[in-house]
Amino acid sequence: MTARGEKGDPIIEIKKLTTGFGSQIIHQDLDLTVKRGEILGIVGGSGTGKSVLLKAIIGLIKPRSGAIRIFGEDVLSMNDRDHREIDRRLGVLFQDGALFSAMTVAQNVIAPLREHLNLSSELQQEIASMKITLSGLPLDAATKYPSELSGGMRKRAGLARALAMDPDIVFLDEPTAGLDPIGAAKFDDLIISLKESLGLTVFMVTHDLDSLHRACDRVAVLAEKKVRAIGPLEEVRKNDHPWIQEYFSGPRGRAALASSVQEQDRSGDREATVE
Amino acid sequence: MSAAAFELQETEDGWCLEATGTWSLGAGLGNIDGKLRRFAEKSMSKALKIDLSGVETMDTAGAMMLQRTMRACSQREQMADDDALYGFDNVKEGYKGLLAAAANHLSPCEIDVNQGSAFVLMLERVGRGTEDLMHEILRLVSYLGEVLVGLYTVLSRPKRLRMTSIVHHMEESGLNATLIVGLMSFLIGAVIAFMGATVLAQFGAQIFVVELIGITVLREFGVLLTAILIAGRSGSAFTAAIGSMKLREEIDAMEAMGINPMEALVLPRLIAMVFVLPALTFIAAMMGLIGGGLVAWLQMDISPAMFLTRTQDIIVVENFMVGMVKAPFFAFAISVIGCYQGMRVSGSAEELGRHTTISVVQSLFTVILLDAGFAIFFMELNI
Repeated sequence: MTARGEKGDPIIEIKKLTTGFGSQIIHQDLDLTVKRGEILGIVGGSGTGKSVLLKAIIGLIKPRSGAIRIFGEDVLSMNDRDHREIDRRLGVLFQDGALFSAMTVAQNVIAPLREHLNLSSELQQEIASMKITLSGLPLDAATKYPSELSGGMRKRAGLARALAMDPDIVFLDEPTAGLDPIGAAKFDDLIISLKESLGLTVFMVTHDLDSLHRACDRVAVLAEKKVRAIGPLEEVRKNDHPWIQEYFSGPRGRAALASSVQEQDRSGDREATVE
Repeated sequence: MSAAAFELQETEDGWCLEATGTWSLGAGLGNIDGKLRRFAEKSMSKALKIDLSGVETMDTAGAMMLQRTMRACSQREQMADDDALYGFDNVKEGYKGLLAAAANHLSPCEIDVNQGSAFVLMLERVGRGTEDLMHEILRLVSYLGEVLVGLYTVLSRPKRLRMTSIVHHMEESGLNATLIVGLMSFLIGAVIAFMGATVLAQFGAQIFVVELIGITVLREFGVLLTAILIAGRSGSAFTAAIGSMKLREEIDAMEAMGINPMEALVLPRLIAMVFVLPALTFIAAMMGLIGGGLVAWLQMDISPAMFLTRTQDIIVVENFMVGMVKAPFFAFAISVIGCYQGMRVSGSAEELGRHTTISVVQSLFTVILLDAGFAIFFMELNI
């Protein structure tokens, strides 16, 4: 890991990105900047290319045109070796964890360490067990196979693997989808605490309104092939784009807002009583 | 970026460890791990200060190793439990959280399960394998029973036959396979003729090549090779199709809707197969004769007319019938095994691949077993 930049510096810069499959254009001249140390939530209707954007940034999809800079380096014009260096500093949690099914959780977490670094097996195990507990899994999950885990545990195991190499940026593809509300809230807390203790930057594709309220520092809305609005949730909510209005002011949007306001009140009360 | 390193000083009240450089995995943290472990053992009885003023950057592994060293002895561990930064000096603001996180999650774990000795493991696997085999045979036989009951129910009320589905599978496993089956049999017939020509010429009995081709192709190779090809082509396709439906819970959805998967998926495939395999066998037999006859004509000057008369003279219809009779039985075995293995898929896509392989191996084995049984049966009957 090279020197960490200052918090708030741009860590990913996307300029005029155009992607598409066949005759279908997914993004056109899309601009987006992710700042170091923030949790950025990406929202948008189905088919607006949230996951495609994520895959374009990590290099799984080649864009038609545009520029993507990660850590200030242009990743599109890079050769494979330099790209792998960048990849080592990125962690990705795919939708269902994408764990290697033939390996235990611990072996999954060790896999990137073994691939990239020459470490003693003792140290590998220590690092793996730390990442596993950091991700909120009990230690006895380490020896289990992915098929023996529940959906929520698989996501946590996927997160442990994404964190194995101490990435600067973590990409999460719908981390709370398919989790029960309690599990989803715990996952949000986990992301927030990891961001704070490890200084992570988090790029999170999500549909979960509660996650947006609780976890995200900024929210970017994808619509009509571009980023239609970006900023703290309060600002984005005021945008008068019809989709954004419907999204945040629909019944679910209002409910999520109400619960987050309630929670802030509660924590405010707690602070007051402490004083 | 300088490599991770540390220096030790023994002071009056204990050790002082001065960490310098980049304490991250990428900067050679693995290289000093052993040295740090040895120091941790040595420092057990004494107090320890860790000075981080020389650390440029640090990652979770670095923080973990420092906390591990700090907590190497129980006395220091107790102090560190109250204050995660106990014993650390000159910690940069950004790394306090990291050290605290490392302290909370410091727990060695057994990652490789202890498996015991290799010999015992081998015995265990042999035992398990035998038991699995027995259960597998039992399950297959019970599934066969299920299929027969299903078949009886459907045939006793023919309205419940799904004709569209049957015809679709007849096209898929029958019509679409004609080209490959025909070509294969043609070549097999030709190869048998060539081999017969060389060997029989030594005895001056070239003319018997007609019997050789006729009997082998009509009685055995036509039906056996067709069955083998179809087991690989359609049996595996049955397993894959039904297995992937099982994985996507489509089978559960069917049952929830009151559609019987046996009637909707298994029986149409089975019935289609029982009708098309004899047809394919017929094509295979004819193509084999044509291939053999062609070689006999070009290589041995046995004219087509002579080939035909001799075939009619000597190769009685029995040989042909013996071949054809076996076909429906092979078809039954292949489709029951294919569907059974598809229904057994559960869990992951890996399972799907495994069961597809098992399906092909089991059908081939069963087909050859049946063929051997038929051979004995017909021998007893003197056919």
